[in-house]
Amino acid sequence: MNTIQLGFSRTAYELRLYFRQGDSVFFTFLFPILMLSVFAVAFSTSGNIGAAPDGSGGISWAAFYVPGMVAAGMLLSGVQNLGVDIAGEKGDGTLKRLGGTPLPVFSYFMGKIGMVLVSSVFQVILLLLVARFAFNVELPTEPEKWLTFAWVFLFGVITSCVLGIALSALPRTGKSATAVVIPIVLLLQFISGVYLNFAQLPGWLQNFASIFPLKWMAQGMRSVFLPASFEVAEPSGAWDLGLVALVLGVWLVVGLILCRLTFRWIRKDS
Amino acid sequence: MTPNPVQVRDLTKSYGGFMAVDGVSFDIVAGETFALLGPNGAGKSTVIEILEGYRDRSSGDVQVLGVDPQRGGLDWKAQLGIVLQSSGESGNVTVLEQLTHFAGYYPNPRRVSEVIDAVGLGEKAKTRISKLSGGQRRRVDVALGIIGRPKLLFLDEPTTGFDPAARRQFWGLINQLKAEGTTILLTTHYLDEAATLADRAGVIVNGKLVDIGPIDTIGGADARVPLVRWRQDGVVREERTPEPAALATRLYTEKGGEVPGLEITRPSLEDIYLSMVAAHEKGAADASDPAERESA
Repeated sequence: MNTIQLGFSRTAYELRLYFRQGDSVFFTFLFPILMLSVFAVAFSTSGNIGAAPDGSGGISWAAFYVPGMVAAGMLLSGVQNLGVDIAGEKGDGTLKRLGGTPLPVFSYFMGKIGMVLVSSVFQVILLLLVARFAFNVELPTEPEKWLTFAWVFLFGVITSCVLGIALSALPRTGKSATAVVIPIVLLLQFISGVYLNFAQLPGWLQNFASIFPLKWMAQGMRSVFLPASFEVAEPSGAWDLGLVALVLGVWLVVGLILCRLTFRWIRKDS
Repeated sequence: MTPNPVQVRDLTKSYGGFMAVDGVSFDIVAGETFALLGPNGAGKSTVIEILEGYRDRSSGDVQVLGVDPQRGGLDWKAQLGIVLQSSGESGNVTVLEQLTHFAGYYPNPRRVSEVIDAVGLGEKAKTRISKLSGGQRRRVDVALGIIGRPKLLFLDEPTTGFDPAARRQFWGLINQLKAEGTTILLTTHYLDEAATLADRAGVIVNGKLVDIGPIDTIGGADARVPLVRWRQDGVVREERTPEPAALATRLYTEKGGEVPGLEITRPSLEDIYLSMVAAHEKGAADASDPAERESA
């Protein structure tokens, strides 16, 4: 098999392992769905958000949280899942074994990214189904919105994966991986408009969050799932999809360079 | 004439000031099974991991299948089979799935079902690796090591955790690989395993190769002098002699009858190895004076 065929073979193998591993499926796969449910239920009596002064219009809190949870799912599947997964494989000797075979590193990466892409597509479909049928969230019908969804999703997931692979070099042991990775993704979720309304964060925090990709994934998803009336609440007063693409692109390149520089099957001489 | 599959010259590996491997040289010829023996921490695994490309050497020259392992590419790795000392966890796949997947990495793999049968896991083919016993998992490691039809097979303590029957079966498998012309580098703690499988052995103590040669010459002729043991006046006496039958006859004549507790033994490889290791470790301890070490 050539490098690309091996990448697909790895993807199938990784998916099989992923879905057989009960705990990670629960925590990373269902997490955004659980969080959406928590927020939707918690604020179910708080009326609509973005309503006119007379109480008409606006959207439900469930609908308001959909874009943030889609973005969180993209980040978790890539950064958290792969960051912890690969650090664990380094710790338990899986990578050492692979490093002794003629498997190309690129095929290994392809397998990881392919596994995340497939599982996160299932995840987002399930999330949207729950939003639509459990919480009665109106989903967009315009094809151009779904086109935006598709590229932000694909671009965001791949960038998250590459950053997750790069981040996996940081923990010194497989056991410390969650301790290193989870605070990073948790903090990002709080400052990037996933759990908290981004428009209500202080300006300096908005600016700080804008350095990182999650803020832009969430913003891209807001442009898809929120009504046009919410656009003025963005810091610049616009969805800025061009900037979303630019920032994700920069992080993708940074992540690829980091992977190239830091990824090793094993730490030599450790 | 093609060069030997493994050539090691003056290999050293130091960690800080500690010499884990200190001036080791040996060759392994094509088709040979070579055993590297030595106590824990002597440097066996460091040597084998340098040859596998996992560790960089400090100095010396190493060629494995004509390639410097520090520069070995994928084509080079495709010709190697590596059974590491500890195995990676991929518990949630079955034996069959794992081997089928790994077979795909290699240009000319063995048939998966044949390999599974060869390591004696035919009945466990559809069992998840996490459900196997330690010894059975070790056999999966061995299966993964040979699935790619390697020219050179590294076995780092392959039979740790095997029961005696499994070990015998494993020896049969290795003999089959030898018959197919596979060159094998083996480390083991079991001297009977080395004696059964290896054509030659090297003994490493404290990072130095203290002896090398065919199994039946390790330790030299003196170490193989038979031992005669008997009981005289309730006390066990023993004497080493190259002519044990003569001594036994003399004792019989002197006593005018059967000699109580008479035994004639030849030191096993294990006896020879243990006395050799003890002698060298003592030697190293005596030489632990830093000034002497500098001049050594």
